Amino acid sequence: MKRIVTLLSVLFMFALVSPAAARAAGLEAFSGLKGTLDIAGGTAHIPVMKEAAKNIMQANPDIRITVAGGGSGVGVQNVGEGLVQIGNTGRALKEGEIQKYGLVSWPFAIDGVAAVVNQANPVGSLSKDQLKKIYAGEITNWKEVGGNDAAISLYVREDGSGTRETFEERALDKGQASDKSNVVSSNGAMKTAVAQDKNAIGYVGIGHLDTSIKGLILDGMTPSQENAKNGSYTVTRLLYMNTKGQPEGLTKAFIEYIYTPEGEAIIAKAGYIPTGRQ
Amino acid sequence: MMPQAGAHTGESRAALPALAAGLALLGIGLLFAMVIIAALPAFLDHGAGSVFTWSWRPYRGEFGILAMLSGSVILSVSALLLAWPLALALCFWIITSPRSPFLVPVRGCLRLMTAVPTVVYGFAAVFLITPLVRAGLGGSGFCWLAAALVLTLLVLPTMALIMEAGLAPRLSALCPGGLAVGLDRMELLWFFVLPLSRKTLLAAALLGLGRAFGDTLVPLMLAGNAPQIPAGPGDSLRTLTAHMALVTANEVGGAAYNSLFAAGALLLAVTALTSLMLRRIQAALDTGAEQQ
Repeated sequence: MKRIVTLLSVLFMFALVSPAAARAAGLEAFSGLKGTLDIAGGTAHIPVMKEAAKNIMQANPDIRITVAGGGSGVGVQNVGEGLVQIGNTGRALKEGEIQKYGLVSWPFAIDGVAAVVNQANPVGSLSKDQLKKIYAGEITNWKEVGGNDAAISLYVREDGSGTRETFEERALDKGQASDKSNVVSSNGAMKTAVAQDKNAIGYVGIGHLDTSIKGLILDGMTPSQENAKNGSYTVTRLLYMNTKGQPEGLTKAFIEYIYTPEGEAIIAKAGYIPTGRQ
Repeated sequence: MMPQAGAHTGESRAALPALAAGLALLGIGLLFAMVIIAALPAFLDHGAGSVFTWSWRPYRGEFGILAMLSGSVILSVSALLLAWPLALALCFWIITSPRSPFLVPVRGCLRLMTAVPTVVYGFAAVFLITPLVRAGLGGSGFCWLAAALVLTLLVLPTMALIMEAGLAPRLSALCPGGLAVGLDRMELLWFFVLPLSRKTLLAAALLGLGRAFGDTLVPLMLAGNAPQIPAGPGDSLRTLTAHMALVTANEVGGAAYNSLFAAGALLLAVTALTSLMLRRIQAALDTGAEQQ
């Protein structure tokens, strides 16, 4: 009896330990490395960079990774001038930037954003023009776009959110949302708000679309992971890491970590679609 | 040897609390100094992007936080106006009905409520209160009224318990004589205890105000967060605390981030002021100034 108990408890401990061991596989590349890695640039990248940095620093306390924002322009400038080792951009580098600084780009994720409404809303598709007018506060009632006679409640993400940036740039063509919009601070909070409010319109990262809300067909484009990947849905952008010349040491290990299955899980958790190494 | 050793341990016993107090004071001093120094550039900038303007549009270089300051004031004062009379009524009921079978459960419930984290209130209210407010007022349901109702619930138990702690001993001191001359508990409370308890009532109000002003999650989850002055209880508003939480979610540096130090300094100033006033009142209560 005692033996069985011992055996069971040993098995139990293995069951507890083994997933952690599997999870640490991507982090093995960092053993023996030390030093500091500074990352700056696009805000959309921050959740991915921070989570990756946290995992790496937990696995290896000799490594220090700092993650700062500032936007794509800051990312290019800082990495170009050698202030940071990785400069993030939410756009492809311009020819001039590549030549001036000798930068190399590492695309790793697609950030696609879908306009969403409540499941009970009869409106299933909008034109870009209608969407822009709704967010500008010019169309204020759902009946103007073929829905119920009800006031539209606008929901947006907070300033600096990568999802908001992509939505305003690609879906609203750099338009701004009305100041009267309700602001929520995460994709999850957006889903909760839109799932509850039958007159709501909002937007989430395509990775967060599920049956609790309805993704709107925009100008005939259906938001889905496949369509974002094959380019038939265009409210998307690629997220890039950029290095000055070919990366080495810790910088190289970090970039490779982002492309591991564990890195891709972090990307997916942040609501983006991993592209894999290209 | 013995007395010497005693003197030595006595000394270190006195030195340790002094050291701890010194460290704590130093920490608080540093906190104030850091926030104020970091906020100075934002306070001194009186250009178009000054923090002392009404419009928050970071994409246009406008970093005004006055709408958030007024949002904080409007929301916390309205929650206080709802919670204070309710707390007083609750306190009256608790100390005038010593034989009620509901007394023990109600008091236990109040104590429990003071320990509930605000995120729980916020989360529950997203599903329970916002649909009701939406049905009643229209709009999205994320608004001034929804947040004010939940903040009321949040500060009510603390205020009621403070009022009870101040009023109950005074009533029981008066009870034997008062009841003997034919007055009931409610009359004693209303005519004798209440006029003498202004400071207790004020202390309860200040504590409630401080808690409502400083709370982050309830306004963040329920008030809608539009950076505007609400025209009515159904309108969305943004408080300083929610504003800081929203901006720090993504920004790490830059003008928008730096303007947060100004928001933090204002928040710190208001809470420090409330807390100082509270200390003075409590000191007065302790020395018994109110009884005279």
